[in-house]
Amino acid sequence: MLSKKNLQLNDNGDLHHLLAIEGLPKRIIERILDTAESFVGINEREVKVVPLLRGKSIFNIFFENSTRTRTTFEIAAKRLSADVVSLDVARSSTNKGETILDTIANLTAMHADMFVVRHSESGAPYLIAQHAAPHVHVVNAGDGRHEHPTQGLLDMFTIRKYKKDFTRLTVAIVGDILHSRVARSQIHALTTLGVPEVRVIGPRTLLPADIERLGVRVFTSLEEGLKGVDVVTMLRLQNERMNGALLPSASEYFSRYGLTPQKLALAKPDAIVLHPGPMNRGVEIDSAVADGKQSVILPQVTYGIAVRMAVMAILAGSAR
Amino acid sequence: MTMTQTNQTLPDAEALFADLKAQMAPAIAFNAKLVGVYSGGAWLADRLAAELDGEHEVGYIDVSFYRDDLSTSGLKSNVRSTQISFSVEGAHIVIVDDVLFTGRSIRAAINTLFDYGRPASIQLAVLVDRGGRELPIAADYVGAPLIVSRDLMLALSKSDDGKFALTTEPWKAH
Repeated sequence: MLSKKNLQLNDNGDLHHLLAIEGLPKRIIERILDTAESFVGINEREVKVVPLLRGKSIFNIFFENSTRTRTTFEIAAKRLSADVVSLDVARSSTNKGETILDTIANLTAMHADMFVVRHSESGAPYLIAQHAAPHVHVVNAGDGRHEHPTQGLLDMFTIRKYKKDFTRLTVAIVGDILHSRVARSQIHALTTLGVPEVRVIGPRTLLPADIERLGVRVFTSLEEGLKGVDVVTMLRLQNERMNGALLPSASEYFSRYGLTPQKLALAKPDAIVLHPGPMNRGVEIDSAVADGKQSVILPQVTYGIAVRMAVMAILAGSAR
Repeated sequence: MTMTQTNQTLPDAEALFADLKAQMAPAIAFNAKLVGVYSGGAWLADRLAAELDGEHEVGYIDVSFYRDDLSTSGLKSNVRSTQISFSVEGAHIVIVDDVLFTGRSIRAAINTLFDYGRPASIQLAVLVDRGGRELPIAADYVGAPLIVSRDLMLALSKSDDGKFALTTEPWKAH
């Protein structure tokens, strides 16, 4: 099997696929963030389109449903003048027995230039990247519990906008770390960019056993973990976790791990609050925090377009 | 002043700048907007706006998102933000660049401007015209024509005290 780390880069060390933040050099993360900065201005113009990817065909293939992420990738591709087709594969031919690689081969035969892939299985975008034609680029839009790299990058972009210098920050990630690809991408991005202290906060049942290996500090008390932090990322609590033995109830979760104004007051006064969406108000986050002045949840959505434009533009310019 | 030289001896960029400014002073509208193409053109636009009479607002264009060579050259690693803070609609605009060569950057700059609005007019001012055009584009104001080997990249540099100089180097392979 090909190395996961090398698969993302071409022989010149440029980004060819975006599959994970893990293993991405700092210079590549910074280049994506810097390029995204230029795209923010494009998105604020009356004409929100540049001709950079004219003639390129981008296929969004979502084996797992996600209206929001798919929409932001669609908007980003359209603002680069690419032709974009979104396939809801969760409801189509794979249900008729077609394998992932056959689906990809068929779309490549239609002259696809880039695939944006979401899949419930960790590693599915790697499988596609390994078998893709040399000119084809693959973007991981979330794979199982593994990674969601563009979310991690837009979180970094947002943090940099408000906090400038990563090397002085304490960042807390709160909630279901165990099942969260967002948490994993964010932890790798934060440590690569030099954040000295990354904390994960959650109930034992939702923390991976070996999480310290990633260089994070573990807290099971929200109050303890929030003390003095600059950035708080609240993760979405997926309802299906309630059905198992992992959690007692949504209301008990909220009382222990929900972010309320009182708990947020334990963080630094200028701390910012992130959430990858969609939010469960009253489960992981109180409405007063979600809509409060420390919340940067909507700017995250806005910056997400610029970051995805930057990723697609950089990938399309890389040859193998 | 006509300077036609080889790349061994490059002309004094400050003298070319004075010449360019002298051509523009009587010709451009008193409120013409100066739009510099990063990076050399941006420096020139700043200097021209400071030294020319009239009210010349300045904008900056990075043409990376409008280039036609993404597939062959990739995206430049240090893309800067295009900044056009004035209304392009109905404005008289002078695009300012350091070196006019194939004309592709200027084509991209014109396209960029039109995504901000419909200008009344667009003119082009360049410090150096090195020939080699691949598009039907000509400058209205030229510091000097200059013959440089196609193997060399010609660009403007700016010293710490703000003085301009021309430099050549081999093209950077991507």
